[in-house]
Amino acid sequence: MKMHAVPALWRRELVKFVRDTNRVAGAVLQPLAVWLLLGFGFRDSFRLPTPAGMDVPYLEFLFPGMMALVALFTSIFSTISIVEERHSGFLQAALATPVHRSSLVLGPVLGSTTLAVGQGLLFFALIPLTGHTPSLPALALMTGILALVAFGFAALGVVIAWQSRTTRGFHAVMNLCLIPLWVLSGAFFPIEGAPGALQWAIRFNPVSYGVDALRTAMYWPQNPPMDAFSFVPSIAVTGLFAAVMLVLAVRTAGKPVREFR
Amino acid sequence: MPVHPVHIDDLTHRYGSRTALDTISLTVSQGSFYGLLGPNGSGKTTLFRILATLLNPSEGSVRIFGADPLMHPARVRQHTGIVFQGVALDDELTVLENLRTHASLYGLRRSTFQKRLARLLPLFGLEERLHERTERLSGGLKRRVDLVRGLLHAPPLLLLDEPATGLDPAARQALREAIDRLRRQEGTTIVLATHLMEEADRCDYLAILDRGRVAAQGTPDSLKQAVGEETLWIECDDPQDLAERIAKQFNVSTQVIGTRVQLSGPDAHDLLSPVYETAGENIRSVTIRRPTLEDVFMMHTGHGLHENGLPVEEEIS
Repeated sequence: MKMHAVPALWRRELVKFVRDTNRVAGAVLQPLAVWLLLGFGFRDSFRLPTPAGMDVPYLEFLFPGMMALVALFTSIFSTISIVEERHSGFLQAALATPVHRSSLVLGPVLGSTTLAVGQGLLFFALIPLTGHTPSLPALALMTGILALVAFGFAALGVVIAWQSRTTRGFHAVMNLCLIPLWVLSGAFFPIEGAPGALQWAIRFNPVSYGVDALRTAMYWPQNPPMDAFSFVPSIAVTGLFAAVMLVLAVRTAGKPVREFR
Repeated sequence: MPVHPVHIDDLTHRYGSRTALDTISLTVSQGSFYGLLGPNGSGKTTLFRILATLLNPSEGSVRIFGADPLMHPARVRQHTGIVFQGVALDDELTVLENLRTHASLYGLRRSTFQKRLARLLPLFGLEERLHERTERLSGGLKRRVDLVRGLLHAPPLLLLDEPATGLDPAARQALREAIDRLRRQEGTTIVLATHLMEEADRCDYLAILDRGRVAAQGTPDSLKQAVGEETLWIECDDPQDLAERIAKQFNVSTQVIGTRVQLSGPDAHDLLSPVYETAGENIRSVTIRRPTLEDVFMMHTGHGLHENGLPVEEEIS
């Protein structure tokens, strides 16, 4: 299988993003604002329910979840270009070339993943504000997990974008899934403090495992000062989600695109 | 039997219950400049999407250089360049970056890409534009870059869907000249879909498409000759009545199109004064001219190429 187009399509995503100053500013400033507002807002009213976590400030607790949010939103919303390309003509032209359909998926997905990881790392630079300083291996681990989360959601973005007629439709579907996925991921509040039904929702949410793995990695090589899922299974679930989404995306791209105008 | 760039036999395509293409048959021969003339909604874009392997036809057979787009899409894609109505370029990228991305989609090596650029850029007058951001180019220049994009893999067949749409006369002229140079230098077979007579007039061979059917085919001259040497057009208040009166009185064939009566036939111009004498009070204007493709279109379809009330939007679902 020839994959010669993947690097070119990957580069295309990055260049397009960097040259769009609005997108760059929005992607950096929005999560920063959410994090600071929530972090300072809940600073005095938030307490982790475990004895070891008594001293963890909310800003610190929220940090891994915010990194996941950055990855989620950057990766998934950069696939919106697929919807736009249907109108601009790029997708039609690309589909009329001999390029393999999986390249048309993999290029943008890798591009989106790179952007998401880049944004996540930019956000990571703010970690001194939490008072916690992670080790270098922790940073490496977090980068890897971030990439897995971003890859899975970029692929999910492709699946939805490929079948959306308008960017409005894409936004509607994404908001419908993304907000609950993120809110119910243990990013905002610890799972052990939540009511039973919510706990189940969190356990069935693939994002929970990404957030949890990020949180565990943040304290590496020490144990995190709060309850967490087992580290390796969390990474495995995140990786499995990414793999399933990629397969779905490639299969979706094999079908004819709906309505080209 | 020679292998034709395009050979279509009894092609039909339906979107749900709506028939977009109805038993179309046509053959495009090697090196020709083939025009598909028809209004919006006549099925041109559907036909192009089928030729481009983007749409599977409901019935009938299509061969591109002998290959079936359904069975051998890769072969067809390698032999075909396509320029759609919408320009397939990214505004944020420079001309070179755009072309490089598309070269990679065709799997071109760097050296092949450089060679193609060296050949195509002068052909389309784009040597100085390589490093300009695409969003800063005029519509005409963008269209030319898009043509270069469609020609990167040196396809022997180029499909052009309404390339002149939205361009001013000077840009149209520049585009025409570039296409002429391309035909001279590369011998590319071109299929042009258009609703503009002046574009269609430049083709070697034409198929007139109307509501999914081929209404007529032939060279532009032969199609026009079939209408007659000269045609007399009478604009009047009650064309139906006038047409009947003239037909009865002078024994010529008449046709009513909108508010006009058309008299065709070898001696239509001889009827100018008699007709005026008979029905002068109803006549607003009379024109005598050689047939145009618009007349050809009207003769075969019974309505004008740009008349209102035609299905304008080609609905795709």
